[in-house]
Amino acid sequence: MIIIDYTDRRPIYEQIVERFQSLVLCGVLEKDAPLPSVRNLAMELSINPNTIQRAYTELERRGVIYAVKGKGNFVADMRALLSLREKEVKEEVGHLVRKAKEAGMTREDLNRLLDAAWTEEKRVQKEDATENDKNTVQTEASRQGVGGEADD
Amino acid sequence: MIKAENVVKRFDGMLAVDRVSVEIKEGIVFGMVGTNGAGKSTLLRMIAGVLKADEGTITVDGERVFENPAAKKEVFYISDDAYYLNNGTPVDMADYYGAVYGKFNRKRYLELLDQLGLPLSRKISTFSKGMKKQVSILLGVCAGTKYLLCDETFDGLDPVMRQAVKSIFAKEITERGLTPVLASHNLRELEDICDHVGLLHKGGVLLSKDLEEMRTGIHKLQCVFADEEQEERVLMGLDVVNKEQRGRLKTLTVRGLQEEIEARVAAAEPVFFEMLPLTLEEIFISETEVAGYDFKKLIL
Repeated sequence: MIIIDYTDRRPIYEQIVERFQSLVLCGVLEKDAPLPSVRNLAMELSINPNTIQRAYTELERRGVIYAVKGKGNFVADMRALLSLREKEVKEEVGHLVRKAKEAGMTREDLNRLLDAAWTEEKRVQKEDATENDKNTVQTEASRQGVGGEADD
Repeated sequence: MIKAENVVKRFDGMLAVDRVSVEIKEGIVFGMVGTNGAGKSTLLRMIAGVLKADEGTITVDGERVFENPAAKKEVFYISDDAYYLNNGTPVDMADYYGAVYGKFNRKRYLELLDQLGLPLSRKISTFSKGMKKQVSILLGVCAGTKYLLCDETFDGLDPVMRQAVKSIFAKEITERGLTPVLASHNLRELEDICDHVGLLHKGGVLLSKDLEEMRTGIHKLQCVFADEEQEERVLMGLDVVNKEQRGRLKTLTVRGLQEEIEARVAAAEPVFFEMLPLTLEEIFISETEVAGYDFKKLIL
């Protein structure tokens, strides 16, 4: 479920934090789902357990997960994560506006591009939903060991 | 906690360890880096109580370790060049170490031997180098000591076995609070598993720091300034360790917290700037340069 890229220059714990966040956002890890224990994950990845603990502490600080004494860590609701993402998007839009300005685009040009991208994204999502709705979701989920029980 | 204070060791007048002071706290993974002959093994052997320090003191959990069986019970030294009983098999070795270390976990030892596919009752002298190494690691892990001193332990292991050993370590660390001390000349190997790294050079400790602290305390910055006046304004408030220039692009190594640096530089509105994470190697280079050493000569 977690893959570490040793060629990545970011510290390992940051990679773990990032990966869990995206797993939660894309719905693979649902609210109240348990995270792997520090020990198991450390053994699986062959890394220092303290690194995993650091990642979990950071996730907890960000409000993505919550810890239950003696039981382990669980996924919190997505609100904290969503607001975090919103902040990121805001920042990116800022960059985008600067870039557009550098390229000599007008406000209307950028607006048009945003609109177009929005519609395109919606269309792709719809296609995905109608074409291969269940299969992919289920194989993905069972591979991740989360939604183990298939209902067909 | 293992504590060495002003430890000196000479061999026939040759200074092997020169006034070394280090603290190794419990529950962390301590990495000891240094070139060949830097004094890593000598220091480990003194911590294990194999050698007696000429000067200074070494204590394990507050007790002097040399000739003190009570303190030595908590330390296991995996030698780079382990000794095996003549005609001994892995099981014989377990009997031997079981007699020395009261907490030796024989069941787990046999399980692990089986998992790694090592024959239980073949003579160790017929084993390959890597297999011998595996046996000595397993003996160390199963001895049930609080501290495990590993001398170039990952040397001679294939990549799969390296991962397996790290995984075994991870289990011991979380389950019973094992504190491994890993000596190596290879920084990259230590990077992904250690919490704390000490750099030995010519018998002395150049630096000993928490990895995370090192990472968050120093950053690399690439930037292009509009003019010199702007550059000066930005650089004034920064603790610049190193500066390089290629064309208009400046690469700075700066001490301080990422957010603070970012905020300060962004406020001056340079033409371009980007923060880059440093690799452990780069951090060591800048840290040792400050101490007046040329790191590239030390390690690479």
